[in-house]
Amino acid sequence: MLIELKDINKTYEGAQPLHVLKGVNLGVEQGEFVSIMGASGSGKSTLLNIIGILDNYDSGEYRFDGSLIKGLSESKAAEYRNRKIGFIFQSFNLIAFKTAVENVELPLFYQGVPRRRRHELAMEYLEKLGLRDWSHHYPNELSGGQKQRVAIARALITHPQLILADEPTGALDSKTSAEVMALLREINRNEGMTMIIVTHDPKVNAQTDRSIHISDGMIV
Amino acid sequence: MRDILVEIWESVRRNKLRTTLTGLAVSWGIFMLIVLLSAGNGVMNTTMSNMSEMNTDAMRVYGGVTSKPYDGLEEGRRLDLTDKDVRLTGSKAFRDVIVDVCPTISTSSLTMTYGKKNFSVYTVGIYPIYTRINRTEILAGRSINDNDIAEARKVIVITHLQAKNMLMNSTDYEKIIGRRVKVGNLSYKIVGVRHGAENENDTDVFMPYTTLKGIFAKSDRVDNIIFTFKGLETDEDHEAFEARYRAAINGLHHADPEDRSAVWISNSFTRNKQMNSARNTLETALWVVGLLTLLGGIVGVSNIMLITVKERTHEFGIRKAIGASPLSIISLIVTESVAITALFGYIGMVLGMMASEVMDSTLGHSTVDIFGEHISIMKDPGVDLGTAVGVTVVLILAGTIAGLFPAWKAARVKPVEALSAN
Repeated sequence: MLIELKDINKTYEGAQPLHVLKGVNLGVEQGEFVSIMGASGSGKSTLLNIIGILDNYDSGEYRFDGSLIKGLSESKAAEYRNRKIGFIFQSFNLIAFKTAVENVELPLFYQGVPRRRRHELAMEYLEKLGLRDWSHHYPNELSGGQKQRVAIARALITHPQLILADEPTGALDSKTSAEVMALLREINRNEGMTMIIVTHDPKVNAQTDRSIHISDGMIV
Repeated sequence: MRDILVEIWESVRRNKLRTTLTGLAVSWGIFMLIVLLSAGNGVMNTTMSNMSEMNTDAMRVYGGVTSKPYDGLEEGRRLDLTDKDVRLTGSKAFRDVIVDVCPTISTSSLTMTYGKKNFSVYTVGIYPIYTRINRTEILAGRSINDNDIAEARKVIVITHLQAKNMLMNSTDYEKIIGRRVKVGNLSYKIVGVRHGAENENDTDVFMPYTTLKGIFAKSDRVDNIIFTFKGLETDEDHEAFEARYRAAINGLHHADPEDRSAVWISNSFTRNKQMNSARNTLETALWVVGLLTLLGGIVGVSNIMLITVKERTHEFGIRKAIGASPLSIISLIVTESVAITALFGYIGMVLGMMASEVMDSTLGHSTVDIFGEHISIMKDPGVDLGTAVGVTVVLILAGTIAGLFPAWKAARVKPVEALSAN
């Protein structure tokens, strides 16, 4: 089991405390292609953030590849995210003042990979995704589909065990969406990478192997 | 390292105007610091050079006026040192402390004639040890030696300005050695040229003590007794010795043993010590003022880094999501802060040093007339390598301090919060 969630609870403190996750139990096997469906506010993004160690949880147990993820230091969490997890966001989250290839290189920079090797690898991945000619363009010179492919290259470059995608097609037209989904499917099949996609698009949902529905902080 | 520099350059490039304006405050701070320190050095050098008669640790003793009645004699008596005082100074009584004794005598102003040139001079009769105690620099020929003393030779050591004048502005001082000048009614052979002060105030020409004594000073009067000493370590040692010596000399002149103005003792060791402590005080004060000026610049840099960090929150969120550790974020910001501070600081330092050079070439060579004396305002203003190193350290520290708080703020934001910023 790659991901194992037991009775996860998460409350956002504030004037009106918000109990977003109410005892979530979930298991995802290595190599699975899973979607998490739910209305906005259902807690699906929070769940994804906890799985991606971007956020912490209040109670319960989260095991990633067997090791307990609880109360990690920010440096330790950063290392997990860097080496084991790749993120794909709805808004792409590319760094605007870096070129496509520099964006793809960045995770390797934080691994301490030498400049030349980093650049070679990044170019390799961009080529795989058909973006070789766009490698020295800045994000604002790329189309939505191209940006998302750069983001995918950035997520893949460290060979993570897990890819987390938060509405990866949310900002794309239907044709590009289909292309991106096909790409993710292909990566899952060829590389055996576990993929968890948060979406509310039934078409995306239909392409995954398993769909998990979350409603009001609980898996239904 | 190159990666970090590239990152800094990218960040600075996006905020050129802002960075430059902030940087200028740092430049200004460092500029002021350097200018203040170098002006301070100039003032101190002037003071030092005006008091540089004795360069070695030595004491100079000269007659004064009694300030207390003693032994039936009234106060206000003028005392002159005599050969008796010289003998007492060199006697067994003080051999534990006093090493070399050098009395000097001098004449009132005389005219020295070389060809058609006339110079107004003071002749000073000295022993060979005198030039050693004063570390007089002999530019050509030699100083007074033991044979000159023994034979009371009619020889003279003139200053380099006098020599230059005699040589029609040539500085080939060797040419004047062996020539003869007339002082009073007698002819003297020039045996040496000494490096005098760079102004016309220094008109002392040296002759053997015995020569001068034989010709001009028929009495047993002595102007100064200069002696070197050993074995005095602490201020207390110096005080105790001076009291003991004063009591003995005062005794010879029937003056109160504790009367400090009857015979003056000028101790170059304690005086240098006082000068040094004055110098340190001045320097500390200037550093404080300079650093406070710099503080304005540092606060500016810190402020700008805070704004930068706020603007880049989302970007830091992305970086954290793909694996940037808090430490890497902190080092990114601190390095940027240090780079900005150091770059603009160095600009300020270079400008400050240029200003010091300008100061040196203008104020440094100008003199003001006070009571008919030429006094230079600043001598060799400027800062040394140590100060430059000190300023560098200050810059790096300042940059680190300026960047630390913004960096800490950036590193502290949780990735989810940072990602949802903007």
